[in-house]
Amino acid sequence: MTLSPLTRRVLAVLTGLVLVLMYAPLLVVVVNSFNQDPSMTWPPEGFTTKWWVRAFHSDGARDAVLTSVQVALASTAVALLLGTLMAFALQRFSFFGKNTVNLLVILPIALPGIVTGIALNNAFRGILGVQLSIMTVVVAHATFCIVTVFNNVIARLRRMGGNLEEASADLGAGVWTTFRLVTFPQLRSALLAGGLLAFALSFDEIIVTTFTAGSGTTTLPIWILNNLFRPNQAPVVAVVAVMLIVVSIVPIWIAQRIAGDAETVR
Amino acid sequence: MSESICFGPMTQATSVEAGPTTGTAIRLQGLTKHFGDVRAVDGVDLEIADGEFFSMLGPSGSGKTTVLRLIAGFEQPTDGVITLAGADVTGTAPFERDVNTVFQDYALFPHMNVLENVAYGLRVRGVGKAERLERAREALGTVRLQHVSDRKPTQLSGGQRQRVALARAIVVRPKVLLLDEPLGALDLKLREQMQVELKQLQRELGITFVFVTHDQEEALTLSDRVAVFNDGRIVQLGTPREIYEAPQTEYVATFVGTSNVFGPDEARAVLGREGRFALRPEKISLFSAGESAAGSISARGVVAETIYLGTGRRVVVDLEAGQRLVVLEPSTAVAPVGRGDSVVAAWRPDDLVPLA
Repeated sequence: MTLSPLTRRVLAVLTGLVLVLMYAPLLVVVVNSFNQDPSMTWPPEGFTTKWWVRAFHSDGARDAVLTSVQVALASTAVALLLGTLMAFALQRFSFFGKNTVNLLVILPIALPGIVTGIALNNAFRGILGVQLSIMTVVVAHATFCIVTVFNNVIARLRRMGGNLEEASADLGAGVWTTFRLVTFPQLRSALLAGGLLAFALSFDEIIVTTFTAGSGTTTLPIWILNNLFRPNQAPVVAVVAVMLIVVSIVPIWIAQRIAGDAETVR
Repeated sequence: MSESICFGPMTQATSVEAGPTTGTAIRLQGLTKHFGDVRAVDGVDLEIADGEFFSMLGPSGSGKTTVLRLIAGFEQPTDGVITLAGADVTGTAPFERDVNTVFQDYALFPHMNVLENVAYGLRVRGVGKAERLERAREALGTVRLQHVSDRKPTQLSGGQRQRVALARAIVVRPKVLLLDEPLGALDLKLREQMQVELKQLQRELGITFVFVTHDQEEALTLSDRVAVFNDGRIVQLGTPREIYEAPQTEYVATFVGTSNVFGPDEARAVLGREGRFALRPEKISLFSAGESAAGSISARGVVAETIYLGTGRRVVVDLEAGQRLVVLEPSTAVAPVGRGDSVVAAWRPDDLVPLA
C-alpha cells in the first residue's frame, strides 16, 4: 500500500503522540523514583538515590517481591503443564465437546478480573471451605496463565503437523524418544514464550489477587496499592513500580524475540 | 552399502510368478481401512517381491496412500493382514517395522542439520556417535550431498531436501522403502532427473521400493509392476507394458494414457462387433479418402481438430458413424491432414483391446 506524503506525516505524528501518551507516565515514575522531594513535586528540584536504598531495606517491599515471584513461578509451572497437555488434547484428538472445551480454556483471559476474583473467592471460601492463602492465589492466576501457554503451544502444533513424529517413529524411535528428540525441541520456544508471558501476567495481577489472597499474602501490586497513599512511602512506591515495570516488560520482550515472526499469541 | 544384493536385468524380476527364487517382501491379505463411513481401502490383496520396484497408481482418494500408511504402520487396518518378510506385523507400531518412508513433504526435522537428520535413525537405534555420523556421511554420499551436511533443511532446495529424505530413509538399511509421491513437489526437469536417480538407487541397494504416484507416466517408466487403484481397490495389476497395452477396464484404459473407447453401440456401428473395446491413438493411421490399408479395419470421417505436440500431432476425427476418434499422428507422417479433410482411419484388428 502506498500513502501520500501528507498522510504519512499525519500518521507519523499520531503514532508519536500515542506512544508519548503511553510511555511518558512510565518515564515520570522512573524519574520520580529519584526525586529528592518526598511529596514528588514536578519538575523535580534535585535527584537522590536514597529512595532506592530505602526500598531495598524495606521488609514489606522485599517480602512482597518474594511473594510475587513465588506466585508467578508456581502459576507459570502449573500453566506450562496443563496448558501443554490441553493443547495436545485439542490439537491431536477429536472428541465430543471439543469446541466447547477450547472456548472454556481460552475464556479466563477475556473474563473481567473482578468476575474471576469474586467467583473464585466464593468457590474457595463458600463451597470448598478452603482458607485463602498463597496457594489460592496460584490457582487463581493459573486459570488465565494457562491461556498464554495453551495458545502458543497449539499454534506451534498446528504448524508442525503430525508428520515429523511419524517420520521419527518410522525411523525407529519409540513414543518417548520421539517426544524428547523431535516434539519437545519443536515446542521449546513456544513453551518459553508462553511461560514468560504467563509469568508477566501473574506478576502484575492485582484484581483477582485481591479476592483470592489470604490476609498474610501480600504480592507486590497489592503492597503498592496499600502504600500508595501513605505520604512518606510515595517515593519508595515509585522505586518498586520501576522494578515492576522492568520485571513485566523484560519477559515480554524476550518472549517476542524468541517467538520471532508474529507467532506469539496472547 | 556392503549388504546390497545385485539383481539381474530388471525385466526378469517383473512379476512374482516369474521368479520362484525371490522371496515375498510384502503380502497384503484382505486389507481394509474405513474412516468413518468412507472405505478408503476395500479388500486389497497384494504380493510384492523382494527387490521389486512396485508402483501404486491412482487418482487422489483412490486409497493408494492409505495402503502405504498401513504398510508403514501409521494407520491400523479395519480388517486384513499385513505380512513383511514372512512376519505378520498387523497391529505393530511403525518403529517395530523394518520399512522406512520417504514422505511427500519430506518431514525433515527442522531443528537438526542435514547430517543429524540422516543420522537420526541410527541414533535412536543406539548406534555410537562416530559410527552413525560416518554412516550418515556415506548415505549422503550416495545421494551426492556431502557438501550440505552442516546446513539446516530450510536452507536446501526442494530437490536437495528430497535427496536428504532419501538418505535418511536408506541409512538404516530397511528391507522396504515406501515412497509417498516423493517427486510431486519438484518441477518437471528435476523430477525427470530424480526418476533416473531413484531407479539407479533402487538397483544399487537392491531393496524393495513401493512407490505411490498419481503420475501414470512416472509409474510406467520406473516400475517393474504397477497396481492401478480406484475407489480403494486394485483394478489392475501388471507390468507397465501389460497395463498400457492390455488395459482390462475402461477406467484403466483412460486413466493410464489416452484411449479411444468403443462402447457396445459404437462397437456394433463402427467395428461390427459385440462388446467394449479400447484403441490407443498411436495405433491408428490416417489416409486420404479413397485410399485403403490392406488387412486393416477402417472407418471414414472428417478431421475436426489438429493439435501440435512437438513429437507429433493429435488429430481429432469425427467418424461418419458418430464416434469421435483421437489419433496420434507421428511427426514423420508423409501427408499431414488438415482440419476439414475427409480421411480414412485404419488400425490392425489386433490393436483393439477388449474391455471387461
